[in-house]
Amino acid sequence: MKTDDLIASLSADTPQQQTPPRRAFAIAIVIGAIIAGGAFMLTLGPRPDFMHAIQTLRFDFKFVVTLVLAISALLVARDMARPEVRRSRMRPLLLAAPILLILAVALEMMVVPSDLWMPRLIGHNMRFCTTMIPVFALGPLALLLWAFRRGAPENPARAGAVAGLIAGGIGAAFYAAHCFDDSPLFVATWYTLAIGAVTALGAFLGSRFLRW
Amino acid sequence: MPAANTSDSGSPEKAWAELMRAGLAGDAAAYRQLLEAIAPRLRKFAANGLSRIGNADVEDVVQEILLAIHLKRQTWMQDQPFLPWLNAIARHKMIDVMRRKGRRGEIPIEGLIDVLPDMPPEPESSQSELTKLVSRLDGKQQTVVSSISLDGQSIKDTAAKLGMSEGAVRVAFHRGLKKLAELYREGGTA
Repeated sequence: MKTDDLIASLSADTPQQQTPPRRAFAIAIVIGAIIAGGAFMLTLGPRPDFMHAIQTLRFDFKFVVTLVLAISALLVARDMARPEVRRSRMRPLLLAAPILLILAVALEMMVVPSDLWMPRLIGHNMRFCTTMIPVFALGPLALLLWAFRRGAPENPARAGAVAGLIAGGIGAAFYAAHCFDDSPLFVATWYTLAIGAVTALGAFLGSRFLRW
Repeated sequence: MPAANTSDSGSPEKAWAELMRAGLAGDAAAYRQLLEAIAPRLRKFAANGLSRIGNADVEDVVQEILLAIHLKRQTWMQDQPFLPWLNAIARHKMIDVMRRKGRRGEIPIEGLIDVLPDMPPEPESSQSELTKLVSRLDGKQQTVVSSISLDGQSIKDTAAKLGMSEGAVRVAFHRGLKKLAELYREGGTA
């Protein structure tokens, strides 16, 4: 095939209104959150004392840290979908959630006597937590990978990992509404583990499906 | 068609960005003009990269990169400079080619395609890799892609010949192109 012939035929492949990456991410977030929220309401649902809990700092912090993670990772992801962006200016934002978490843990350890640290860290629901966060994250993860396929990420595994961070953050935010373990010690341990698993899955899937 | 190369600064940035914008808006002629302006630079770019490897046909690499530019054209943000985007795509595919050939090439990061001179195609090259890959497509995709890309038929004529709707031909053609890019990634015919 001559290159000129290829070019002629490519120009005949007129735009089929493929979704541009930015819009694809918006769609993935909205529909992903609806799917995760639906799965959450059908399985666990919010804890019975939700209205009371929402007035407590520890409970609210779970949403702050998980949503900060999801939003910061989303901002990075939108840049990563562009091939020419070698290093997203948004990348430092990824430190926000870990820093918040470390500060919260430090505060917790200051106000809680040390013999309560381990009980709070172990909590009541760790197995549940590490299972359900990834379950709620699956729908968003699949959609975010689809969005990334509309893009052209320079590093497919890393892009998949960032998709995993977003999905993990969304899944964790829903799970947090159910969970009675509100201590930052619990969150820092088990939420991190669960979101880490989603991130690893994202990296694996990314390396397989995001190449272009 | 050298018209796209002319601009005040000597950089094709402005002219190419305009053609790309028009192309994305559905102007097939502008889009074709853009690809025709890019191809000779890509050829030089590919030749430079491959000189350290040998044995790969430069034209095959040019075609693979053009296909990637085409399939990823939606990822260019129209309010951003065009050349960095173009260079990033070319570089990404070049690294891919080198990896397949078992080499990790060193490719300079900045200023690739826009500063390279044009390079004409070899007069008569052997059967291209792309032609072989087309023969590996599934039934309908293969028929449609052969008709449009190899035989140079229009979408309309292809539809009439195959008794398909034009929409169906477009879809099969686009999917066929995507599949071709995938076959390249899987190692091409090597």
